[in-house]
Amino acid sequence: MINRINIQIVVGFFVIFGLLAFAFLAVKLGGIGNLDHDHYTLKARFDSVSGLKQGADVEVAGVIVGKVQNISLDADEYESIVEISIPNDVKLQEDTIASVRSTGLIGGKFIKVSPGGSEELLQAGDEITETESSVSLEELISKYIFESEGDSK
Amino acid sequence: MIKYVERFGDYVLYVLEQIGWMATLLFKSLYAFAKPPYDLFAVVRQIHFIGARSLYVILVAGGFTGMVLALQFYNTLERFGSIDLLGSATALALVRELGPVMAALMVIGRAGSAMCAEIGIMRISEQIDALECMAIDPYRYLIAPKIIAGIISVPLLTSVFNVIGILGGYLVGVLIFGLSEGAYFDSMYAGVEWNDVEMGLYKSLVFGLILTWIATAKGYFLHLDRRGAYGAEGVSRTTTDAVVLSSITVLFGDYLIGALML
Repeated sequence: MINRINIQIVVGFFVIFGLLAFAFLAVKLGGIGNLDHDHYTLKARFDSVSGLKQGADVEVAGVIVGKVQNISLDADEYESIVEISIPNDVKLQEDTIASVRSTGLIGGKFIKVSPGGSEELLQAGDEITETESSVSLEELISKYIFESEGDSK
Repeated sequence: MIKYVERFGDYVLYVLEQIGWMATLLFKSLYAFAKPPYDLFAVVRQIHFIGARSLYVILVAGGFTGMVLALQFYNTLERFGSIDLLGSATALALVRELGPVMAALMVIGRAGSAMCAEIGIMRISEQIDALECMAIDPYRYLIAPKIIAGIISVPLLTSVFNVIGILGGYLVGVLIFGLSEGAYFDSMYAGVEWNDVEMGLYKSLVFGLILTWIATAKGYFLHLDRRGAYGAEGVSRTTTDAVVLSSITVLFGDYLIGALML
């Protein structure tokens, strides 16, 4: 009987240890637990969100407050519709500006939200009308090169 | 010429037959296990053997895998000036691919081979026939607890492997190379999504099933091996076969699940 109890203790510790490890992975890395019960969703239309991925960060004043939940295409307008989640305690004005920015030359893209000055606040499901699309480095460079060529002629 | 075609056809039939035996073994044992009364202590004993006693191998392997990953990623990322990505690169590689695969390979080497040899010896020394004579269902008594324990143990071992690997990466990246602790853990929290953890979990569940299934089936059907696997030589050859086959199946399954879930 002693042997039987020993095995059960060892297995008990092993399973607890394993479950703790999995809980760490799921909660800390996977982000399970801070689900959307205290968040609301806003939409924003962009001409181009090239490089932006689902799950990318949403920053207000440089602080990460939310995530990009969904990116879809409006086939009629040829515009992209991005759904972002914002915590309930961050109120955004109706003339808020959303812009796609990148964290560095080869860094990932994120959405920068700059609050406006309007009295009216955005409600869940509303659309941010003022947006700035992602800036393509290649386009900037080619624009610069071709414009300077045009000047010299 | 026709002789080679005949031989090839014969071999194909043999492989199909083997797959058939293995499938019946899996379904019969799961069915036998689903019927009450449940013998849960048998499962606990197998978790002790497959899981708890593999823990030290997993700790050592996980620690060194994480350290090697951090070492190599550090040298590569340094060239691009993006050392901040070290944490997320190490954690993603561990959680998505290396954790499930390495943990499964370690369990195959430590427990899979032992299970196959144990059942194989029971088969050649006619202990399985004796069980059947005593009306004890060998699927229920021998096979099912091992398969259930494998499905429970391997995901737990994989989680331990991942966490220890992340700590190993921390040791090399932060303590040896002097990366800031915040940069390592923050990029890890930001870079790894629930999708990645979920994918690793599915992989490890499937691997736990595959490795116990192949090891027990190979041992159980030892006497049906066409090369006449009797005696010590037969057991040793079948054990080798089981280890090779389950390792290859794990690696192939890793690619398959990765491609399907991406």
